[in-house]
Amino acid sequence: MKLLTHNMLTSHVKGVTKGYPLLIKATEVKMNEVEFNPQFVSRMIPKLEWSALIQAAEELGHRQDLPGELVPDYEKDEEFLKMVHRVLLEVEVIEGFLQCPESGREFPITRGIPNMLLNEEEA
Amino acid sequence: MRIKMATTLNRSCNQYLIHLAQDNLDFRLPEIKALLALRGKPFHPRTNFTEKSPFWCLDGLCEEDVRGIMARSVCAKSAFELWGHGQTHSELKTSLLNYPLENMLPFMHKDSTYKINVYTFNKTLEFADRIKRIDALDYLPFEGAVSLKSPEHIFCLLEDYGTDPNNIPEHPNYIYFGRWIADGQRELIRSHSVKNRHFIGNTSMDAGLSFIMANHAKVKENDLVFDPFVGTGSLLVACSQFGAYVCGTDIDFNTIHGKGRSSRKSQKWRGPDENIRANLRQYGTEKMYVDVMVSDASKPVWREAALFDAIITDPPYGIRESTRRTGSHKDISKPHDGIYVDSHVPVSQAYHLSDIFTDLLHSSALHLVMGGRLVYWLPVYRPEYCEEMVPLHPCLRVISNCEQTLSSHTARRLITMEKIKEPEELDSLAHMEDLHLSPYQGHNAFREKYFSGLNKRCGKEEDRPHVNGQ
Repeated sequence: MKLLTHNMLTSHVKGVTKGYPLLIKATEVKMNEVEFNPQFVSRMIPKLEWSALIQAAEELGHRQDLPGELVPDYEKDEEFLKMVHRVLLEVEVIEGFLQCPESGREFPITRGIPNMLLNEEEA
Repeated sequence: MRIKMATTLNRSCNQYLIHLAQDNLDFRLPEIKALLALRGKPFHPRTNFTEKSPFWCLDGLCEEDVRGIMARSVCAKSAFELWGHGQTHSELKTSLLNYPLENMLPFMHKDSTYKINVYTFNKTLEFADRIKRIDALDYLPFEGAVSLKSPEHIFCLLEDYGTDPNNIPEHPNYIYFGRWIADGQRELIRSHSVKNRHFIGNTSMDAGLSFIMANHAKVKENDLVFDPFVGTGSLLVACSQFGAYVCGTDIDFNTIHGKGRSSRKSQKWRGPDENIRANLRQYGTEKMYVDVMVSDASKPVWREAALFDAIITDPPYGIRESTRRTGSHKDISKPHDGIYVDSHVPVSQAYHLSDIFTDLLHSSALHLVMGGRLVYWLPVYRPEYCEEMVPLHPCLRVISNCEQTLSSHTARRLITMEKIKEPEELDSLAHMEDLHLSPYQGHNAFREKYFSGLNKRCGKEEDRPHVNGQ
């Protein structure tokens, strides 16, 4: 699971009102090199919940120099875009789980793939 | 200066001839229109435009537009800058001699190399007749040298003998002459054939139709595309080919993880690394892979935001793959025997077709960017189909609706919708009560009819155009 996906995911456990962002408990994290594409990163930035991205990168120990606030004119700031690219697309959670911040429900991540299915009584 | 301006003016007024493949007829116009729309260009056909003809003449485009369209189209075979046309060869000659000389000369000067092709639709010409056709064009001021192997410029004489193979006229109905500009992407249909794909399933989408869907969805470079019923990822393969980043979900743990029984006749179990990511890797687009997840399309896993540029999907109709969603029906309490221990699927219940479409339209209205497109297949029982059956949503406008006939009684329709406004709370309520979905509410009744229809192949060929893109 890439952090771009994590940034878009929310808990959908029945009755939960604050299910975002999901907490990440990772037991295996991998860096997977992906070709840098500044246009795509620039297009994604306005769609991101920035604080959730920072929190996720922090949880995985991959925040590095990523600033807590979005920088102005980021489209022209290649160094910044590269940092965002790295956390969005290159950091991958291979094993672990996502946790609903309100209910505590855990969603397992195996072989890099989250399983978001709920049991019948939770849906 | 004056001459130069006149030349540019003439150039921008050029007509272009597009030669289309005679299959998936219904899908061609929406494809070309979507590709034009991607470039912000309107569809301006010549006055006597016939949709079913293999030749379309378009106005109001420049050569770059045509190249752009051909770089994407799997319905179009080739495109030409139209120099002349007519119902007879003498009309063609008059038309060609009226074409501005200054537009011709850059491609005909004495240092250039060229060749002329003769293409006939619905008739085969003898070699000698082809040569005669070329010789008859001696009124054109060709000064370059003929090169059959590597010409700088290719010209084409195209003769249209109609579309009825049982009634081929002696003389062509229409003749065109033009300069070849570009070929379409028909080659993708072969290179991406499901036959040679690493990871496939029982319902993997045919390569040609996958690319058509991506084109109808106006997928473009740097888009983010989502498939909620991703299966083995055929649609993601097509979208990634056009430069979109892709993600998908499926309720089937084994499919998403590439485990379980193989869909190949010769192979019992799926091998290691048979998964969607490996499929993208096979075609060199792994960098476009975002993620796939095990998830139930009837349950919202995305935060409420306009995240996707396109949602493109082939929902399960329970016709070749069962439709499932998680739920709590007491009568289906038998636990699912997964092949792998960690593949526990919570008690699943039948996912009614009407609910599939309600959920799909609702989540598309929520998660598409403004102007983003939803493209999906709707199964129909032909004797009862009418346009009013197509599910509607106040935030989504129907762009196109194309039929692929499967038998005399059954078909599926490719529906393309575009998001025109952000949903308000009232919208979701209003459309939940929408009665348009009623044919799909009796899921089993629909399936029964659909199946009985599949068995009633009445063998009328004209009822069934080619299904597989070739």
